[in-house]
Amino acid sequence: MNNPKNIDIKEKFVKDFELFESKLNGESKSYLHSLRKSALEKFKTTEFPTLKDEEWRYTNIKPILETEFIPAVNSAPVKVTTGDVEKHLYGGFDFYKMVFVNGIFNTELSDLSGLPANVTVKNINQFNNEELDKVKEYFAKIEESDNAFNMLNKAFAYDGTVIILPDNTVLEKPVQVLYLTGSDTGQVLSSPRNLILAGKNSQAKIIISYQPLNDSKYFTNAVTDVYADENAIIDFYKIQNESEKAFHIDKIEITQKSKSVVSNFSLSFGGALVRNDINVLLDDEYIENHLYGLYLATDTQHVDNHTFIDHAKPNCESNELYKGILDEKARGIFSGKILVRKDAQKTNAFQSNKSVLLSDTAVVDAKPQLEIYADDVKCSHGATVGQLDMTAYFYILSRGIPSDLAKSMLIRAFANDVIEPIKIKELKEQLNHQILQHLHSKDF
Amino acid sequence: MAEEHKSDDMKVVEDLTNSEYKWGFVTDIEEVKFPKGLNEDIIRKLSEVKKEPEWMTEWRLKAYRHWLTMEEPDWPKVKYDKVDFQDIIYYSAPKKKPQYESLDEVDPQLLETFEKLGIPLEEQKLLAGVAVDAVFDSVSVATTFQETLAEKGIIFCPISEAIQNHPELVKKYLGSVVPYTDNFYAALNSAVFSDGSFVYIPKGVRCPMELSTYFRINAMNTGQFERTLIIADEGSYVSYLEGCTAPMRDENQLHAAVVELIALDNAEIKYSTVQNWYPGDKEGKGGIYNFVTKRGLCKTNAKISWTQVETGSAVTWKYPSCILQGDNSIGEFYSVAVTNNFQQADTGTKMVHIGKNTRSTIVSKGISAGRSDNSYRGLVKIHKNAENARNFSQCDSMLLSDTCGAHTFPYIEVGNKTAVVEHEATTSKVNEEQIFYLNQRGISTEDAVNMIVNGFCKEVFKELPMEFAVEAQKLLAISLEGSVG
Repeated sequence: MNNPKNIDIKEKFVKDFELFESKLNGESKSYLHSLRKSALEKFKTTEFPTLKDEEWRYTNIKPILETEFIPAVNSAPVKVTTGDVEKHLYGGFDFYKMVFVNGIFNTELSDLSGLPANVTVKNINQFNNEELDKVKEYFAKIEESDNAFNMLNKAFAYDGTVIILPDNTVLEKPVQVLYLTGSDTGQVLSSPRNLILAGKNSQAKIIISYQPLNDSKYFTNAVTDVYADENAIIDFYKIQNESEKAFHIDKIEITQKSKSVVSNFSLSFGGALVRNDINVLLDDEYIENHLYGLYLATDTQHVDNHTFIDHAKPNCESNELYKGILDEKARGIFSGKILVRKDAQKTNAFQSNKSVLLSDTAVVDAKPQLEIYADDVKCSHGATVGQLDMTAYFYILSRGIPSDLAKSMLIRAFANDVIEPIKIKELKEQLNHQILQHLHSKDF
Repeated sequence: MAEEHKSDDMKVVEDLTNSEYKWGFVTDIEEVKFPKGLNEDIIRKLSEVKKEPEWMTEWRLKAYRHWLTMEEPDWPKVKYDKVDFQDIIYYSAPKKKPQYESLDEVDPQLLETFEKLGIPLEEQKLLAGVAVDAVFDSVSVATTFQETLAEKGIIFCPISEAIQNHPELVKKYLGSVVPYTDNFYAALNSAVFSDGSFVYIPKGVRCPMELSTYFRINAMNTGQFERTLIIADEGSYVSYLEGCTAPMRDENQLHAAVVELIALDNAEIKYSTVQNWYPGDKEGKGGIYNFVTKRGLCKTNAKISWTQVETGSAVTWKYPSCILQGDNSIGEFYSVAVTNNFQQADTGTKMVHIGKNTRSTIVSKGISAGRSDNSYRGLVKIHKNAENARNFSQCDSMLLSDTCGAHTFPYIEVGNKTAVVEHEATTSKVNEEQIFYLNQRGISTEDAVNMIVNGFCKEVFKELPMEFAVEAQKLLAISLEGSVG
């Protein structure tokens, strides 16, 4: 495991950190920086995962470790126009806009006007001491499941989205966060660290999308923590549409309290090597959790989805639906674990993973797992792998529809279960369009 | 359900879960013992005692040397005290090495043991039409129906005899499906296997009877390392049964068997197991460690079917697998795994589809009670060239107490777009409404649960040969019956 390359890259990041620190001036004594420093210390002693790690057995991260990335904080600033932003925003509806370039907040391109006074939507760096106290309680609290990448994220976390919803607040408009990444001058490492705190009875819809500035090779290494307090209703849409050469590693930690409802959508389109980790802790009774996932991959794309749902308390329900469409030499992975602890009686947990293979060279790996320690539960998982229904395909052809459109229609229909529950109508339409286009641009 | 009803049920539960392991007793027979521990000298001595040819000794030594470089696997979801491999006696055999023509010559005490176990050899000879090659500890003591089988050209003998009499077959196939490099316990087994069964069915022959072997661990501190090799030549058929009970002991005993099946073109092998090693007592003390490697290779149009009923052992770690190498070959796996008290089972299968039009079916039923842990772990792998491969898997778990665990860890790896793979798993507890319904029909809770569990396992039991199905249901009743209220 201790291959020399691996050590090199760690040393490189440690040096990068020193450079980063030297630029910080007064801020180096701040709370945030103390977090960074402790994360770096842990990072120094932690190995990057290898294929021998059960959780990484299908994903080889060698291409990432073999590339020299420059942390965004140390790299040259990139010029971004409003045109770049508009191109990648999902429009047609009102939203609060946050734009980050290479993981660093851009005030000019963002628009938070009209935000209710008691709601905080900021980037980490903007907090005053008073606000920080509030954030401290939660920020970067979950560390147990951290791997080397997550520690690296924390060490270089300069900016990120923080959304704090006080009790009884309903945010009418969604928040759309756009992470634009890429650089002409070097291979950049973006480390966004997001925190969403939803108070009691609060409601919000949050869209976080990762989009490319150009087709350069870069690395997004993101972590998002979501806390939903009692009765909170949170819809979280994560859209990953990175460049073809980009690496994307993302961890989302969701903690839910009594009667809260969190729906998480994880939609993966782009990226050369993508890893999505979602960990959910149902830490109280009567919680509802929905995880929806869709991954479209072609060429040599590699998309690895990991989910873990921890039913720690009784009377909760979780629903999980992941669908994959794989073409060319793409590889899609789904590994979903449901843990029902001893106390979590009356748990309902359902998980389904379906994949379609469109080429002879695409590969699917599925690992749905149930770990159950309570007896009065209803749990099930299902996994299927297959190809498009040839009878349906023939039927559409016989109605005079050309072959490629027929296939796109079938795939769109296959993906529909995941797209349909999206509550923002305009977003749903645009995503549907994006799926069709994504498929259409490739030759089947 | 009314409160008093529940307490009645609880009583039934207690009565039944208190029932002791029925097959626990020890036979006093003089034994030849090796000193404890393992080294090259022990292996040479073992090979010498068994009058093995040079190539066999070398093979064992190669396996041993490889084993030394390996580490004990820790990925199964089981916890147990690690085995001290230097604290095991690697060979023990009844001193009077029996070479009997008929049962009369066999040590009467030994025969008595078999009778206690419910294996009346003579009766079986007459009634059941089953040829039994019973392994008492490590040396085979009785072989029946040899003549009937010999007429058809079928070879059914202890593997130690096969090494001497049919070296060309053993040489060709031993280790061809499970090489000694395969895993830690397979390597250990290859180095020190004491005995086991060897079956060869010639071309186009349908074996006229079910072949069966009863294994039994006796002799304190003797690990058993069985090696079974079954070769079904082109167009042949054989059904093989394996069942076991072991005496009650306080110390953990290791059982690391290797079973290799080879089904050549158009052949079919049906391998059924009822496993009832000593599971340890109610406090989780003692019991057998059962670390088994079972694998079958299917050539063109061949079929291998594994059926297992696992009720015993303290720790089970077993994945009967099929390599579907030939086109149109079929693999099946039917399993019932029952765990109670502190038992732990991590079992499942691997279906590796390599040939075109290969099909596999997996039906696994796990039942956990007491404080046990029951895991299904399986792999379905469709290789790139396995056109039109088809797999269906179903893994259901039933929980009979709130202190046990049921887990499913399936791995699905698909590399061909024409493959259709389905996997389904459910976990739930015994339906209280069903129990209530049966109760009001005058059926006791104990019988009701038995009926429900039997129904739950029906799909698997129907795959078992008749005489085994009966035994399996009895075993299920003993292991579980009424563990819920």
